[in-house]
Amino acid sequence: MWEQVRSNRIRSVVLVGMMAALLLGVGYLLGEAFLDSPVSGLVIALVILAVLNLVAFFQGDNIMLALSRARKIKRDDHPRLYNIVEEMKIASGLERMPDVYIIDDQAMNAFATGRDANHASVAVTAGLLQALNRDELQGVVGHELAHIKNRDVLLMSLCGVLLGAIVILAWYGSRIMLFGGMAGGRRSSRGGGGGGGGIIIIVAIVLAILAPILAQLIYFAISRKREYMADASSALYTRYPEGLASALEKLGGSKIQVQGANQATAPAYIINPFREKGRAAADLTSTHPPISERIRILRSMGGGASLADYNKSYQSIHKGGKPVFSGATLAGAGIVDVRAAVPEAAPTEHEPSKAERTREVSNLMWRMNKYETVDCDCGTKLKIPPDFKRSNIRCPHCGRINNVRPNR
Amino acid sequence: MIALYIVLGVILLLLLFLMVTYNGLVRLRNQMQNAWAQIDVQLKRRHDLIPNLVETVKGYMQHERETLEAVTNARNLAQQAVGRGVGAQSQAEQGLSGALSRLLAVVENYPDLKANQNFLALQEELTSTENKISFSRQYYNDSVLGLNNKVQMFPSNFVANITGFKLGEFFEVEAPAEREAPKVSFS
Repeated sequence: MWEQVRSNRIRSVVLVGMMAALLLGVGYLLGEAFLDSPVSGLVIALVILAVLNLVAFFQGDNIMLALSRARKIKRDDHPRLYNIVEEMKIASGLERMPDVYIIDDQAMNAFATGRDANHASVAVTAGLLQALNRDELQGVVGHELAHIKNRDVLLMSLCGVLLGAIVILAWYGSRIMLFGGMAGGRRSSRGGGGGGGGIIIIVAIVLAILAPILAQLIYFAISRKREYMADASSALYTRYPEGLASALEKLGGSKIQVQGANQATAPAYIINPFREKGRAAADLTSTHPPISERIRILRSMGGGASLADYNKSYQSIHKGGKPVFSGATLAGAGIVDVRAAVPEAAPTEHEPSKAERTREVSNLMWRMNKYETVDCDCGTKLKIPPDFKRSNIRCPHCGRINNVRPNR
Repeated sequence: MIALYIVLGVILLLLLFLMVTYNGLVRLRNQMQNAWAQIDVQLKRRHDLIPNLVETVKGYMQHERETLEAVTNARNLAQQAVGRGVGAQSQAEQGLSGALSRLLAVVENYPDLKANQNFLALQEELTSTENKISFSRQYYNDSVLGLNNKVQMFPSNFVANITGFKLGEFFEVEAPAEREAPKVSFS
């Protein structure tokens, strides 16, 4: 039941292998066409691949977190978020508590990163924290931890690196062809040349154009599969598919785009961070399945929360489609009931309202930006920027002069 | 000669099967024990939170002595049940859950208390601890299911019998009432 890590592994390996073969093929042909030695082309491709892979493996999470301007928080900064991550860590059976990060961004999104379960981080945007209630946040965090648990982060960064290497090679290859190829007299005089060389150059040109597109399609296929699997796992962890479904609904309704995202980091987010104006963030060549479809699958799981229920629901929506999970993964798993919903106004549950959540998050953001607060007697909370030099400040509401902490 | 090779091959395969199956069983048992340790951690956390909660609430709730005492008693019972096996412990913890939810239900009648920052922080901790208990129980039960499947199913049941693997015990929650929101009665 907890073995999704192994399911689809073969399919993923095959797809990654295809991308690697594509990369080596591009390298080989470019080498053949321009360096007169296919081996050196292969070597260049391998070196690019190795360097990018090492960087992605050891620094991928730091780069990702830095690109999105995420900042690490401690338990006291936002106890609810921290607790929810801890709850999901327990439910998923992860051994180490992932680091928790917040992104100061009004867009609603979240991602997980880290090469394995021992170097994992989860980041959520401030907008997400404000908009989602506890159950919804749990669903989103469950989805992210599922990515960690299923080793998706490593797989996707490997694929991303392969894709990047292919794009780089193809780009330089086509530049050389366009500009260097004309002045290629030196090369043709060194033998080779002839009709055979011409064919190889044509094949190289075609491949240089097609390879990035092909690689991207493979990349999308892997990424989308993984999203479905993470949704299913989240439902299993939380025993409450509706939480994630309603979170996705809110996320899909938001029109704000994440600022720190780019094409390479897109698959890490819970929903595609790119929006076209007025259009839902869903189309065929996307890293993520359409949100409406993900919601529909989660909502038609028929009162169960197991991977098998998700599978059934997925197949009923994709008529005749391949299942998300293979039969072997599902064998022996028992019946999993959805837990009872906590009524919106449950007397025992103190659920902070949207306004309270917003204040909570904005206070956290002020604090993290090293602003200090001074309480004025009229009830106003003055936020003092860190580079404020004077020792007192006038309240804009009542005009009282307040002392700022003397030690600055 | 060929027959010898075949026999050797079969023996080798058999040994390999034994090894893989045995290791799989050990892994599942360790996972189960680890999951049980997780439950223990969370239960202990709940036991530690309760005196704090009672202390914070006491000042506001003069008229709820009985409810508060029930919580304290249930907590003591639960603490005594630690280490007495899965069955006894799950029963005692269930009593504590019931007493706690009754307490949190009457909190609704005390608006002052609900505005107390200290209490709010405590309530978040308590809510989360309850969730963590149920999630660790969920994970534990899933681990038990995984182990029991292996112990009972063909062909791993042979290996399990020979090497003396026992069935794991589920951490049961009898009444679904614990998970539902408690009714507030004004009697």
